[in-house]
Amino acid sequence: MTDLSRRKVILTGLAATAGVSGLGVAARLAEKYGLVPPDHGGIYGPGETLTYAAQRLLTRHSLAREFSPSQISKRPLANEIAPLSDGFKRLQAGGFVDWRLSVDGMVDRPASFSLAQLKSYPSRSHITELACEEGWSYIAEWIGVPLSHVLDVVGIRPQAKYVVYFSIDPDWWESMDMADALHPQTFLAYGMNGNDLPVGNGGPLRMRLPRQLGYKNVKFITRLTVTESLKGLGKGLGSAAPEAGYAWYAGI
Amino acid sequence: MGRFGSAQAPAETYVPSSTSAVPATIPWRHSALVRVTHWIITLCFFILLVTGIEILISHPRFYWGETGNILTAPLFQLPIPSSRALVPTGYGYVLPDENGWSRALHFQAAWLVVLTGLLYAICGLFSGHFRKDLLPSKSDLSWRVLANTIASHLRFQRPSAAEALSYNVLQRLAYLFVIFVLFPLVIWTGLAMSPAFVSAVPASVTLLGGRQSARTIHFFVSLALVFFLLVHLVMVLLAGFWSRTGAMITGRTSTHAERT
Repeated sequence: MTDLSRRKVILTGLAATAGVSGLGVAARLAEKYGLVPPDHGGIYGPGETLTYAAQRLLTRHSLAREFSPSQISKRPLANEIAPLSDGFKRLQAGGFVDWRLSVDGMVDRPASFSLAQLKSYPSRSHITELACEEGWSYIAEWIGVPLSHVLDVVGIRPQAKYVVYFSIDPDWWESMDMADALHPQTFLAYGMNGNDLPVGNGGPLRMRLPRQLGYKNVKFITRLTVTESLKGLGKGLGSAAPEAGYAWYAGI
Repeated sequence: MGRFGSAQAPAETYVPSSTSAVPATIPWRHSALVRVTHWIITLCFFILLVTGIEILISHPRFYWGETGNILTAPLFQLPIPSSRALVPTGYGYVLPDENGWSRALHFQAAWLVVLTGLLYAICGLFSGHFRKDLLPSKSDLSWRVLANTIASHLRFQRPSAAEALSYNVLQRLAYLFVIFVLFPLVIWTGLAMSPAFVSAVPASVTLLGGRQSARTIHFFVSLALVFFLLVHLVMVLLAGFWSRTGAMITGRTSTHAERT
């Protein structure tokens, strides 16, 4: 073995060792700073983790683009939804006065809110774009109460890492990290373009996170769970989307 | 440095011989960096193309500006069926939804191709690869040389032996265009469709005229890359598939094989 090739072998070995231990350190740091998504396993795990980690570092406090009233889409597209249940139709017939949002989990004061209660909190609005993973999009004015306000009312514990949110449709539930949950543009939305939020667009209550794709903006919200871990929920992948093959984090 | 096979080197190293089967010295054609990144990018490109088409099928309509959906007029619509019942395609059936794995694979391959491309670009700058192998010389950029090269291409002439060892001016311009225009543009327009990324870098989408414009440009740049790929494959076939592909695998070229 010549000196040159021996040096090459040693250098390659050192580089490989540094690379592997570097990856180990990176993985521990990523875990510590909340840069690992719940669906980090499997063959697409590396891509999902890179996207989530990179965007969390880049976008923790960034605001979604807001538009002028003249840019509001004339007809906000109501995407297809699963057939509405009898329970939903009964609530709808009653003008949603009996609609409840329950909040449980790692909170000091678990509570159940009516729409009137939610509307009594400071109302906020933003004109933002809703983009579907399929490629289409529309702009609307979204009116609601910031999720952070509701979380303040119930008092989240410091260990809390995720907010899980459930639709009245039992197959549709999602979760978000605290960066999104406490983000000023994340709303429990009950209005659109100056009116009540239409059922087709998720009324009476929709989770609205303008920095993530449409499917994270769950319609017909009835329950929130504040939690430290997503392991015990469903298949432990964080939400319904990864169970159907879609990314948990949809900031792309 | 010599491993990048610059335009001047081959004349001295290649000794034509009618008797020996192998040239006296087998010159280096492609550096290890070029070869490894070439095949990683090839793999990623096919993954991105297939998954990109799959994602496109869920909404084969294109728009210009910020927003667009089935309630607004499209710029154009591809005459293909869709994987969503919502899209009016004129077809009586809906294709299966393959968006989940397609999206995951699309973004994973995008990460790999971006990181590989960065490695290639940084190393290419420092090693002189771009300057020596891809930047056309001043004399090559004359209209006469360009016209001659274009004419010989249009006549589907087999490349000369010297061209097995360095790129002609058209190749150089095409590669530079793909590396420094099309790839950056396809990455940029892809990022401009990320609602989270554009929240941090709003100019990335406003400069393009909006989210739907970004999506439409992404589609056309992808088409341009597919066109480049087809021309690239035809040229490789004309020049000798095995010798050129072999050179991109082993790094060495056998000009003898070119002539048999």
